[in-house]
Amino acid sequence: MTQTRSLIDENGKRTDGRTRDQLREIKITAGVIKNADGSAFIEFGMNKIVVAVYGPREVHPKHMALADRCVLRCRYHMCPFSTDTRKNPAPSRREVEISKVMREALEPTLMLEDYPRAAIDVYVEVLQADGGSRCAGITAASVALADAGINMRDMVSACAAGKVDDRIVLDINDTEDKEGDADMPVAYMPHLEQVTLLQLDGILNEDQFNQCLDDAVNGCKMVYEFQRKALMQKYFGNETELKEEQ
Amino acid sequence: MVPGDRIVEGNFRPLFNVIRAGNSIVATRIGIAEAGREGVKVIPLSGIYIPRVNDIVIGKIMDHSSLSWGVDINSCFSAHLPAQDVFGRDFSPARDDMGRELAIGDLITARIVAFDRTRDPMITIQDKDLGKVPRGELIKISATRVPRLIGKRGSMIQTIEYATHTRVLIGQNGIIVVTGRDLEGIKLAVRAIRMVEEEAHTANLTQRVKTLLGVSDSSPSDTSHVAQPQNEVGEELNEVEKEEKI
Repeated sequence: MTQTRSLIDENGKRTDGRTRDQLREIKITAGVIKNADGSAFIEFGMNKIVVAVYGPREVHPKHMALADRCVLRCRYHMCPFSTDTRKNPAPSRREVEISKVMREALEPTLMLEDYPRAAIDVYVEVLQADGGSRCAGITAASVALADAGINMRDMVSACAAGKVDDRIVLDINDTEDKEGDADMPVAYMPHLEQVTLLQLDGILNEDQFNQCLDDAVNGCKMVYEFQRKALMQKYFGNETELKEEQ
Repeated sequence: MVPGDRIVEGNFRPLFNVIRAGNSIVATRIGIAEAGREGVKVIPLSGIYIPRVNDIVIGKIMDHSSLSWGVDINSCFSAHLPAQDVFGRDFSPARDDMGRELAIGDLITARIVAFDRTRDPMITIQDKDLGKVPRGELIKISATRVPRLIGKRGSMIQTIEYATHTRVLIGQNGIIVVTGRDLEGIKLAVRAIRMVEEEAHTANLTQRVKTLLGVSDSSPSDTSHVAQPQNEVGEELNEVEKEEKI
């Protein structure tokens, strides 16, 4: 690809003014949809994503039910108005793929064997898209699942790292994703210290890969603090604020 | 506690909503952790109802086959009420009309006889104070709020019943039926129950409910108007409530 402009300036600042290892601004709210069993709204930079979780509930059609565990169904969808040019609301190849990887990123943390013959539905609706919407979606989905009171071994936090202008940077935004050299989304269980999703679009050598992974995992740990804060705020409200002040 | 949080380290017995991870006990749901002599548990603050044997539940008749009724008990598992439970051992599908005893849409108070997650729960209405619920205002709350609604030794529910001159029938599955002669009383009781549901985890709730109901601080001494059946259900729930030490 012919690079038309530098994505990192002489002071080491990126296109949106961040440093190499800085996350975009994150805001998570739990329990935004009353009709759902659990829900969350995340603002991850310019991303605005709402996630609703229904279940465990009866499986329809019945033949999809599993005798020994719960079925996890995940739907990632971008609204027609989420991008600058209209996006066709029909599920695209990319959305089908992201739905699958999100399901696989969330499955290891859920204790699905606790709810045999039932189904959990996770709906991820992207209202405004920036780079890294799958990471933001997984992060919000994890909060929504915890809000729904589903048994989980750990939370799942997600964050991407990548290569821009031959430098490894944390939390790739839309411009860096399109014009950069590599993008690596990672989902991570912070207490169990296990990776549940690792994708890579681009070429990295071994050192760059290791640095990228370390950066992404550190990013996930930072994201986890926002998830925890959102849940504590919903369920323990002012008590959390008091403890934090103390 | 949020899922993944380490509650305690050492040789403790995991009771419920916790798992052992190495030498620690880890929470699997959002809630309040309790470590006692008998073990460690998390009292959940959200989630659907999972049936337990001997729970008293309120359910709605959804359909029937020639041998049993299917009952919605506000869970991911629908319950079975065998026809023999109602007609006796000499039940004959050819002779007895099941629709005459319990029609689709009827509300029943029932006890869970058997449940082990591999099969749907079986319920009975052949106990004292169980059976059809003839009238009342139906409310659904989260099953995790039921112990809070009952309060210590039934204090909260007695306060509501006493102040509003109503009878409140509570199922452990979070379905509640309010009956009474006075419409205003029923409306007030419903408001108080909704308030308990929304603010269950906050301190000084009893005081705020009393303010809403317009009663003085002294606890009600005369609860003779409270119908016996409610006490039966209430007491059974109190046992659970005491265990959970909310």
